[in-house]
Amino acid sequence: MLWDILSIIQDNWLLLLIGQYPNGPLGGLAATLILSVLSIALAFPLSVLLALARLSRSPFLLWPSTALVYIARGVPLLMLILWVYFMVPLLLGANIPGFVTMLVTLVLYEAAFLSEVVRAGIVAVGRGQMDAARALGHSYLGAMWYVILPQALYNMLPSILSQFVSTIKETTLGYVINVPELTFAANQINNRLLSKPFEVFFILAIIYYLVCWTLTHAATVLERRIARKRAGTTTGPLPVTMQPQTLTAEP
Amino acid sequence: MGGFDLVAILTNPNFGLMLLHGLEMTFVIATGSWLLAMTLAILLLIIRLSPSRLADRAVAAYVSYHRNVPTLVQLMLWYFGISSLLPEGLQYWLSDHNAEATFAIVALGLCQAAYFSEDLRSGIRSVPAGQSEAARALGHSFFGTMRYVLMPQAFRNALPALINHSVSLFKNSSLAMAIGVAELTHAVKEIESQSFRTFEAYLIATIAYLICSLLIMSVGAALGRKAALSGGR
Repeated sequence: MLWDILSIIQDNWLLLLIGQYPNGPLGGLAATLILSVLSIALAFPLSVLLALARLSRSPFLLWPSTALVYIARGVPLLMLILWVYFMVPLLLGANIPGFVTMLVTLVLYEAAFLSEVVRAGIVAVGRGQMDAARALGHSYLGAMWYVILPQALYNMLPSILSQFVSTIKETTLGYVINVPELTFAANQINNRLLSKPFEVFFILAIIYYLVCWTLTHAATVLERRIARKRAGTTTGPLPVTMQPQTLTAEP
Repeated sequence: MGGFDLVAILTNPNFGLMLLHGLEMTFVIATGSWLLAMTLAILLLIIRLSPSRLADRAVAAYVSYHRNVPTLVQLMLWYFGISSLLPEGLQYWLSDHNAEATFAIVALGLCQAAYFSEDLRSGIRSVPAGQSEAARALGHSFFGTMRYVLMPQAFRNALPALINHSVSLFKNSSLAMAIGVAELTHAVKEIESQSFRTFEAYLIATIAYLICSLLIMSVGAALGRKAALSGGR
């Protein structure tokens, strides 16, 4: 079986990683990674706007943003992908490539989830920071942009990285609407060698595992480093695990 | 196709039946895999709490695998891959007994067990060590301490995370469509291709999913309030 796995990898590495085939310009892992990076890069600015809308008191901002977050949390991504896949051509009167469909859906979906991360990050920055910035003459948006967001972003980095990992995992759904990414490539290989389904999907799982584990691990390391750095400074509350232990015996 | 017409789909006996069957299948998959996941998660937690380093490593590897491999890939690995390794008699038996749904329940259940066990573990870790020492000092056995002192507090701490992951398990049941299970998403896709009423078909399914998810969330919130009251914290 190990020999089968090695020979499948050797014969199809181009398709699995960067290869070309009739259905798309890119293949496999490269397409998956490009799709994930683009989605997070485009979703992040949107998520900041969403988070600010969720924190505002105006009902015109609060209601639509809350609705979007609840739809993303309550409806399966697959359902949303099918919405965009079937509805956008009906509305525009033109077909759009599967890659773009996937990108649009992922950006909206990830923005909703990231906005919760951003919102928590903004709330965690002390209230005094905003007051001080306003007292120094910054406008609300100026204070947000120059004072609050940089601090919040630093604390949010590990969460953003793990959101990136889940985006990579979500791009697999592109397979359902024939987006040429890694899962799609593996299915093409499977269709070609129908006698070895276990080996093909095992290889697929291994590739995803290696990529996602590396990033998950990086997020954990980053989180620990940020916690240690915050423990060394005097500003901001200490994480519970970082609080100094008292050595006195308990009564 | 005419204008917007929700009634045309809902009153068509064929489509109505397909929707009901789809919804039923979604519930069967979600409930089945939830039960499997919770049972397995408690088992994994017990293994992890045992003093053996090897068992701890094994559970950590299990969790790491299920967290870092996309759920769809796990479904495919089970349905296309592992099923082909089974003995032939079992394969025939399974294909007579809705193999797609069985593998969907197994794959989703195993995957979600990893998340549930991590939630429960962080729930247990957030209970102060003094609680278990006090319980042991009062004469409780290990299992008594677990049953009466640690577990109730751990469940309460883990409740928000468990509810979140239950909602995502419910949403993930839609992935079963990709291996051909006739659940809600599948039924809606069928209706769409038969009636060409894309907007109406997807609207019905989206609202159904949204209502169920919000229901799970609100039940979770109610449970959380109840737990907070009885706990006094």
